[in-house]
Amino acid sequence: MRMILLLILLATSPVQAEIYNISQLDLKNHQGKVVYLDFWASWCKPCQRSFPWMNNLMSKYPAENFTVITINLDAESEAMHQFLSKVPANFDIYHDPSGQIAEQFKIEGMPTSYLIDSSGKVVKKHIGFYTKHIEKYEREIEELL
Amino acid sequence: MKTRLCSLILCALIGASGCSSLGVKPWERNLLAREDMLIDADALDLAFDEHIYFSKEASSGGQGFAGGGCGCN
Repeated sequence: MRMILLLILLATSPVQAEIYNISQLDLKNHQGKVVYLDFWASWCKPCQRSFPWMNNLMSKYPAENFTVITINLDAESEAMHQFLSKVPANFDIYHDPSGQIAEQFKIEGMPTSYLIDSSGKVVKKHIGFYTKHIEKYEREIEELL
Repeated sequence: MKTRLCSLILCALIGASGCSSLGVKPWERNLLAREDMLIDADALDLAFDEHIYFSKEASSGGQGFAGGGCGCN
């Protein structure tokens, strides 16, 4: 009985975000999948608004075809952990405190997201997150799936 | 004369290269995005400033701007 309860608890508890160091990021590992790559920081309000939607994307589209990868750009990891304790995430997070990857991607605003197709090509770039454009964002993903 | 010109050009080049790393990167705006960093963070203080400005200059407004400093609006 106790085992069954434990199993139910495990099944119903939300999937927690895995936090990695930015040096562990290798987008080649995700080739064959459509990737929604998002750059965010804990102090950025539109980033916070995008979290429930990105969580929803993870459950909406099949994991073998689609994934959300996010890169946190907080200089201090404590700010990121504090944010995540309030705003849950069910996708992988890579911490880039020095902004080295952000520099490579030439980030112009926060958040910035890239839609990458299954061949690894960047198809779309969004600067900022607008809830009124959610349908458009999802249409763009579905076109690639 | 020639050395003076050379040193002038050198100074201008050094001066110009100093501008290459101006500005804060979008992901470095955490402190600027704080609410207390807004020009109009304190409504009462802003009202006082506006009143003094209006009394002295006979014009008002034009302070502050929209957006939280994330660079996305």
